[in-house]
Amino acid sequence: MTILVIAEHDNLSLKAATLNTVAAAVKIGGEIDVLVAGTDCGAAASEAAQLQGVARVKVADAAHYAAQTAENLGALIVANAAGYSHILAPATTCGKNLLPRVAALLDVAQISEITAVESADTFVRPIYAGNALATVRSADPVKVITVRTTAFDPVATGGSAAIENISATADSGLSQLQSRELTKSERPELGAAKVIVSGGRGLGSGDNFHHLLEPLADKLGAALGASRAAVDAGFVPNDYQVGQTGKIVAPQLYIAVGISGAIQHLAGMKDSKVIVAINKDPDAPIFQVADYGLVADLFEVVPQLAEAVG
Amino acid sequence: MLGRLSNSTSEIIETTEKEMFVKILVPVKRVIDYNVKVRVKADGTGVDLANVKMSMNPFDEIAVEEAVRLREAGTATEVIAVSCGLAACQETLRTAMAIGADRGILVESDADLQPLAVAKLLKALCDREQPQLVICGKQAIDDDANQTAQMLAALTGWSQATFASKVVIADGKANVTREIDGGLETLQVALPAVISADLRLNEPRYATLPNIMKAKKKPLDTVTPADLGVDVAPRLATVKVSEPSGRSAGIKVADVAELVNKLRNEAKVI
Repeated sequence: MTILVIAEHDNLSLKAATLNTVAAAVKIGGEIDVLVAGTDCGAAASEAAQLQGVARVKVADAAHYAAQTAENLGALIVANAAGYSHILAPATTCGKNLLPRVAALLDVAQISEITAVESADTFVRPIYAGNALATVRSADPVKVITVRTTAFDPVATGGSAAIENISATADSGLSQLQSRELTKSERPELGAAKVIVSGGRGLGSGDNFHHLLEPLADKLGAALGASRAAVDAGFVPNDYQVGQTGKIVAPQLYIAVGISGAIQHLAGMKDSKVIVAINKDPDAPIFQVADYGLVADLFEVVPQLAEAVG
Repeated sequence: MLGRLSNSTSEIIETTEKEMFVKILVPVKRVIDYNVKVRVKADGTGVDLANVKMSMNPFDEIAVEEAVRLREAGTATEVIAVSCGLAACQETLRTAMAIGADRGILVESDADLQPLAVAKLLKALCDREQPQLVICGKQAIDDDANQTAQMLAALTGWSQATFASKVVIADGKANVTREIDGGLETLQVALPAVISADLRLNEPRYATLPNIMKAKKKPLDTVTPADLGVDVAPRLATVKVSEPSGRSAGIKVADVAELVNKLRNEAKVI
C-alpha cells in the first residue's frame, strides 16, 4: 500500500493541516508520499520532507498551480494517481474543494472528513452535524479521503524524505483567481490554535467583541472565534465562525463568551479538551457541555479574566 | 461580446441578452428537517426516519433562490429543479417551484444514492438539458458529504466554484466570491460551470400561498436512473451508525478567581 497525501501550503511553508493528514495516513499504514503542487514551492516541499513517516515528496512547480484551483490540481493528481491505494487531503476548504473532483475523475467514492481509521478500507465519519457517527467501508480500488484535522494529532518533524520533481500538467484555462482577501491577524489560525476565545451575540456589537475578547486572546496566545449568531449580526467576518456551517475546532481550551450553545455551534467545538462557558443565562445549553461554567455578566468578568491570566 | 457596433443603448442590451442565454439546473435534496433532533436507530443501521419531518436541504434552498434571482434579473432564462430519490422528492421539487423554479425533474429511485451516483445522474441530465450553469447547495445536512457539485464539475469537465457567497454573471463568465479558510477569494470561471452555494449567498424567500398553488401546476417530469443509463450502485457500505460519546456538564464556578485556579491547577491548560 502506498498513500498519497496532498499538502496544503502557501509555497513558503506547510499548513498545519498537512501534519494531521499525514498522521491519518500513518494510521492507515504503508508508504507515504506527499504531493506539493505550487509556484516556487521549494520551501514548502523541504518542510514536507522533514515530516516523520514520509517516504517521498513529489513536487510539481508551475505558475498555474499558484491559485490551487481544483481544475488544475485535480488533473495533476489524477495524472499521478497510478499505484496509490489511498489519496488523502485535509478537510479544509481547499481539500473539500479539490478531492471530490479527483474522486469523480477516478470513478471512485470520496469518504468525507474521517475522524478515525478502523482499517485500510474502513473509516469513521460524522454525519448529521456530528449527531451520529457512520462507520463506512469502501470497495473502491483507490480510497479518496478527506481528513478532519482535529481528530488526528500532528506528526513530528525530523524526517528526511527524498524530494522528487514531477512534471506539471497543462493549464485547464477554466478558471482564474481574480482576488483574495485574507483576514490579517497576528493570532494563530483557528484550526491550529491551542486556545480559542470565541464570542457570541451576547457581546452586543462588533466593537465590544474586539475590545473585550482581544485582550484576553492576546494574554492566552489564543485565536478568536465566533458563533454563527455573532457572524450573522455582523460583529466579525464569516471566517471567524465555529460550528457546523463554519470551522470544526478542537483546541486544548475553548472559552465561549456570550454564546448560548446552539446545536450547530456545539457541532463545531464539542471535541475541545476543556470548555469554559461564560454566560449570564444559567439555562444556556452551552453549560451542558462546559467543563467550567461561570454564570455572570461577561462585560464584568471578561476583563477580570484577562487581568487574572496575565 | 457585442455582435456589432451600435449607437443605440437598447440595441446593445438586446444583443448582449441574446448571448446571455443561461439555463440553470438546480439539484435539490430531501433531507431530515434541520430542526429535528436526529436519533440513531437502536440496531445501529442508520438514523430513524420514520414519522420525521422532511424538508429541502437548506443549502439547496439558497441555490434555488440564487437561480430564481438570476432569472428575475434577466440573466437566466429558465430554472430547472432536479431531485434524485424516492417519489416523495416530488414535494421537494414543488417547494423549489414555489420559490420560483420553472419546472422539475425527478430521477426516481429507491436505491441508496451516494454523491458519485447523484453526480452521474446530474451529468446525464446536463447532457439532455444543456444548462450553462448548475447551482448546488454546498453540502446536504444529512450525510454532510460536500461532494456532489465538485463531482459533477469533474464529470462534465466544467469549471467549479464552490462555497459561493456572491455570484455575478457577465460575458459568458461567472465571477464567484468564495468562502475560504482565512477569508474570501474571487474566481472567474468560464461557463458552463458548477457553483455550490454557501450560507451567505442570499436569504431564501418564503414561498407565498399563491406561488405554492402555482407550483402545483408547473411541469414535473419523472425519469429513472435506467432511463439515463446510469449505474447507481453504492460504493460505500455503511457498517454501522452509532451515537457519538456524549459530553457531560462539568461544574459551575463562583467567580473568575476560582475559574483561573481550576484552569491552572486542575485542567492545567493555562
